[in-house]
Amino acid sequence: MPKKYDTPLLDELEKGAFPSFVTEIKKAAKLTEMANDELGVLEKCYRERKTHWKHGGIVGVRGYGGGVIGRYSDVPEEFPAVAHFHTVRINSISGYFYKSSDLRTICDIWDKYGSGLTNMHGSTGDLVLLGTTTDKLEPIFAEFSSRGWDLGGSGSALRTPSCCVGAARCEWSNIDTMGITYAITQEFQDEMHRPAFPYKFKFKTAGCACDCIASIARADCSIIGTWKGNIAVDQAQVKWYESKGMNVTTEVVDMCPTNCMTYDGKALKIDDANCSRCMNCIAKMGKALKATGEKGATILIGSKAPFVVGATLSWVIVPFIKMEPPYTEFFDLIRKMWEWWDEHGKNRERIGELIIRRGMREFLEYIGLDPVPQMVKEPRRDPFWFWTEEDLTK
Amino acid sequence: MALPQRRTDIGPPHFKDYLPPVIQKNYGDWAYHEILSGGVMVHVANSGDKIWTVRVASPRLLSTTTLREMSDIAEKYCGGYLRFTTRNNIELLVSDEKQLQPLLDELKAKKILIGGLGDSLHGYHITNIVHTQGWIHCHSACTDASGLVKAIMDDLSEYFNEKTTPGKVRLAVACCTNMCGAVHCSDIAIVAIHRKVPRIEHESIKNMCEVPSTIACCPTGAISPDPAKKSIKINNDKCMYCGNCYSVCPALPISDPENDGVAIVAGGKVGSLRAHPKFSKLVIPYIPNNPPRWPEVTTAVRKILEAYIAGAKKHERVGEWIERIGWEKFFGITGFPFTFQHIDDFTIARETFRTSAAFKW
Repeated sequence: MPKKYDTPLLDELEKGAFPSFVTEIKKAAKLTEMANDELGVLEKCYRERKTHWKHGGIVGVRGYGGGVIGRYSDVPEEFPAVAHFHTVRINSISGYFYKSSDLRTICDIWDKYGSGLTNMHGSTGDLVLLGTTTDKLEPIFAEFSSRGWDLGGSGSALRTPSCCVGAARCEWSNIDTMGITYAITQEFQDEMHRPAFPYKFKFKTAGCACDCIASIARADCSIIGTWKGNIAVDQAQVKWYESKGMNVTTEVVDMCPTNCMTYDGKALKIDDANCSRCMNCIAKMGKALKATGEKGATILIGSKAPFVVGATLSWVIVPFIKMEPPYTEFFDLIRKMWEWWDEHGKNRERIGELIIRRGMREFLEYIGLDPVPQMVKEPRRDPFWFWTEEDLTK
Repeated sequence: MALPQRRTDIGPPHFKDYLPPVIQKNYGDWAYHEILSGGVMVHVANSGDKIWTVRVASPRLLSTTTLREMSDIAEKYCGGYLRFTTRNNIELLVSDEKQLQPLLDELKAKKILIGGLGDSLHGYHITNIVHTQGWIHCHSACTDASGLVKAIMDDLSEYFNEKTTPGKVRLAVACCTNMCGAVHCSDIAIVAIHRKVPRIEHESIKNMCEVPSTIACCPTGAISPDPAKKSIKINNDKCMYCGNCYSVCPALPISDPENDGVAIVAGGKVGSLRAHPKFSKLVIPYIPNNPPRWPEVTTAVRKILEAYIAGAKKHERVGEWIERIGWEKFFGITGFPFTFQHIDDFTIARETFRTSAAFKW
C-alpha cells in the first residue's frame, strides 16, 4: 500500500537502538490498508495525547462467548480502514515455542484477513492478532481451528493459562509447567470459551520460586514448583564458582534469608530442615546445588492488579501437591473453588477478593482443607474471631 | 473459495511438536546452564547434549513481515525452532554449535539487538519491558505504552547487552491502572493515571449502561443513583480517578489530555529469592504525557536506576536495596519530592505508616 499519512511524531520513535514498533506498523502498512490507517490514527493520538479507541461491542465466533475483543475507532470517517479493529486471541503454545513453518502459516492467514500486526504475546500470554473486521472472524476461526489452533479466553471466563519454560529448558523446574498448562487448558475448554464466571480467572505455572511467569502477582491460581527433600551440594562445583570470582560467603551464605547455610572455605553446608526453598542459593550457583527428593507444587490463590480493593499477591492454600498426570486431585480442588465463587461471587469480583470479603475459613471449609501455619505470615493480631456451634461442643 | 471445516474446543496445539529434537530428548533432564555473553546461553543436559539460546530484543508488536524474517533466520541456523519469552524477547534455539557464530554474525549484520540475559557470575542485564496496548489499541489508555517502552529502552539499551546491574532489574509499563502489565510487582515501573473525575453523559447512560453495576464497580463508593435523570451521580471528593466505572459504562469518559499522565513506582518483585515478593511503591505521582519520547520519564527512570547501581549490594533487587537503606534515604538520595500523594489513604494505609521511632535523617 502506498504511504497515506505523514507521521512526524511517530517517526521520532524509529530512531534509537531498541527495535521500533513504529517500524513494525510501517512494514505492515506496505501490505494492508488497516495498518496504514492504524499508523494514521496513532499519529493523531500522539498529537492530541489521547486514545481514539472506543469500548468493544460484543463480537465473536459462533458458539463461543470470548476470544475476540471488539474494538472500534472513535474517528471512523477519518480512518475508515480501522473503523472496526477487533483483536483475535489465539491460544498460544505452552512455553511459546514455535516452528517457522507454523509462524509462516499464521502470517499468511493474518495477511489475508487482518492488519498484518501481531503481539507476540499479549499480557495474558495469547498470540494476539491485532485488528480485523467482524465479517472476517468466522473465516479466521475456520482457518486456524482446521489447522489445530483455537481461540484463547476473554471476559468473565478462564483466561488462557500460561507458564514459564519449565522442564523443557530449565534445570531448576520442579514440575512440568508446560505439560500442566496444556492439561489445564484442555480440561477447561468450556470454561474458557463460554464465559460463566463472576469475573476472569487466570492460571499461571512457574517451575520454581524464581517465578519467571510472575504467577504470584498475576494469577488467580498460582502454581509454583517446589520440593520436599534436601539441596544436594557438589563441593567441587562450589570451588569452581569461587575460582570464577564468586564470594561464596557474602553472595550466597550471607544472603540466605533463613541463615541455614555455612561455609568455612572448604565445605558449604545447608541445614535443610530450616531451608524455605526460596531458590536464592540455587540460582546463584546452579552447577553446585540441586534440589532433590519429592517434587511438586505450592498452590497459591488470589493475586490480581489493583481493581477493586487494591493489588494482591497470591497466598498459600495448598503448601504441597504432587502435580502429575492426570492431575485429578488438582482439578477437583479447582472445581470446588469455582463452585464456591460461582455461588457467592459478585459481578466482577475476583476469587481472591471474595475470600477477603467472606473469610478464609468459609473458603477452606468449602474446599475441604484444614488450616495450617504455612497459609499465613503470622496469626491474627485482633481478638475478634468467630466460633461455630460445632467449635463450642468440641 | 470454500473455507475449511471449523473445529471447536480443541485447545492449542501440543507443545511437543514444536520443541527442537534436543529438547524433546532431554525434556526435564537438564543439568545446568551458563551465560556465555549478554544474549547467549547454553543449557547442558545430564546426557551431555547441549542447546544454545540467542536472545534478541523485540518491540512485542510485530508485523508478519518481521515474523517471516525471523522465520528465515530460524530456518537457516536453528532448524526452524524459535520461542518467545514471558517478557516478549525472541529466543533463537541453536542445536548445532557450528551454527552459533554464523547466527550471531548475521544478527549483528542486520543490527538486531542481542542481549537481555544475566546471572550471578556474568552480571545482570536489563531485559525487555513488559507492557500493555496503549494508544495502539486500547479504549482506556491514558498514555502510549509502546512509545514509553521504546523511549526508555533506547535510553537504557547499553544495559541490554553491555553494562550490568547489581541484580535483576525488571521494568514494566501499564497504560492505565487496570495494569495489564505486572507494574504492581516490578523493580521500576510506569503506570498511567487520570487526575480528574469522569464526565457524566446522562443521555447515553440510559441507553448504554446498567446503573446498578456501574454503582457497584466503584472502589470508593463514589457513585450513587440519580433517579430523576435515570442516571448516576458522582461524589467528586470520593473519586480517585481509577477509571473502573468507564470500563463498565462507556458513558463516563475520563480521558483528559491536559491532566492525564504517568506515575513512576519502584521496588517490586515477584521471585521469592532472599526477600518475599514485593509490591512496587510510589516514587513520582505525576509526570505529564510528553510524546513522542517522554524525556521527563526516561530521565527519572535513569535516575532511579543509577542511584540503585551506585548503592545496591551485589544481587540485591531495587526493592531490597531501598528497604535496606530506608525509603526516607531513597528520597534523599534521588531528590524526588515527597508529597501528600505518597502517603497511602486507600485500603491498607495503616500498614504503611511508620510505627517506630527509628528512622534516618
